[in-house]
Amino acid sequence: MAGKPKLHYSKGRGKMESIRWLLAAAGVEFEEQFIETKEDLEKLRNDGVLMFQQVPMVEIDGMKMVQTRAILSYIAAKYNLYGKDLKERAWIDMYVEGTTDLMGMIMYLPFQPADTKEKNLALIIERATNRYFPVYEKALKDHGHDYLVGNALSWADVHLLEAILMAEECKPDILSAFPLLQAFKGRTSNIPTIKKFLQPGSQRKPPTDEKSVAVIRKIFSF
Amino acid sequence: MSGKPKLHYFNGRGRMETIRWLLAAAGVEFEECFMETKDDFTKLQKNGFLLFQQVPMVEIDGMKMVQTRAICNYIAAKYNLYGKDLKERALIDMYVEAIMDLNELFMTHPIQPADKKEQHFATIVDKATNRYFPVYEKVLKDHGQDFLVGNQFSRADVQLLEILLIAEECKPDILAKFPLLQSFKARISNIPTIKKFLQPGSQRKPPLQEKDLPKVMKIFY
Repeated sequence: MAGKPKLHYSKGRGKMESIRWLLAAAGVEFEEQFIETKEDLEKLRNDGVLMFQQVPMVEIDGMKMVQTRAILSYIAAKYNLYGKDLKERAWIDMYVEGTTDLMGMIMYLPFQPADTKEKNLALIIERATNRYFPVYEKALKDHGHDYLVGNALSWADVHLLEAILMAEECKPDILSAFPLLQAFKGRTSNIPTIKKFLQPGSQRKPPTDEKSVAVIRKIFSF
Repeated sequence: MSGKPKLHYFNGRGRMETIRWLLAAAGVEFEECFMETKDDFTKLQKNGFLLFQQVPMVEIDGMKMVQTRAICNYIAAKYNLYGKDLKERALIDMYVEAIMDLNELFMTHPIQPADKKEQHFATIVDKATNRYFPVYEKVLKDHGQDFLVGNQFSRADVQLLEILLIAEECKPDILAKFPLLQSFKARISNIPTIKKFLQPGSQRKPPLQEKDLPKVMKIFY
């Protein structure tokens, strides 16, 4: 039954996961159509529904939206997760671009050549611990609020939680030097919509394993 | 007297060039502070001016903004180059994100290993002519208007012009099959603020020369 956004992607995290998180946090129910083979992707392309022949693609409000950031910005704005004015928006954008960069590194890790994995994992941990997490820890420390921007839940908070959980999958004690991020994680995980998304059976996807890597390489030809 | 945005980067295009284009298109005067050596970069980092230790950084309206897209979004919204509502914004974002993907390919071309360069160039030309340009040609054809979105000048038009010119620098006849993009290019180039930016002596930067690449790499690595 239309009305619900419909997500087109492979059955894994990739670039669609942040979109699932944001919709879930906003309490928006969504449907998913999974690309399982190269033929599934070709069909979408031949049907002309992928503006630049790529996924993610989200059918929402009569549009077939593509480009991850465009989709996320639209959802954030529509569901009041984008701050109350231009300056709050600027801060949210800055924070989100940081967590995007960090999660991007983690996302590609399973696809790196085996002999570079150890080095890349070390780089991820170094960047998380020295470049990214200190910024968010300081932001929370400086204003003492529960949320990163404007004392209200925003896209930045949802994205940061997602990044924290992904980083912890890489190194379980990665937050040990960041007490405020630990508290933030506890607090934000307890928000009802997010709590629901974190429970088994939700549309949240598991980390990408070796088997998925092979399937994804086949579908997207790389 | 400041009030003018101040851009911190090296003296070249890189990720700052789109920001220069947007400010120029909006008719906003700006200053630039160029990093010439690693020490210049380290100094900015040590002073705590770079939120994630990276440039671009733009001092604007009391903020030290970083992250290219955050900066572009702010400038576009502030100067009314971001459409009139959420749906126009969505279209602009879709168009602009794809342009930035293509720009990323152009930007990374000079640093490709020598044995991969030719293949990379072929990929760029293929993507530009088969994946990206046809979309914008069709958009202009379908609505017959002068601008990409909402019959009104926006950042999508600025960024499309930017990438068309970059593409032509790589392959002068790359727009041969795209008559509407050719007329778009001429039309947008004639907008007074943009025309000014396209003239010699403006703050527009030239393409990176091979000989300058080592100096740039030294700043960052």
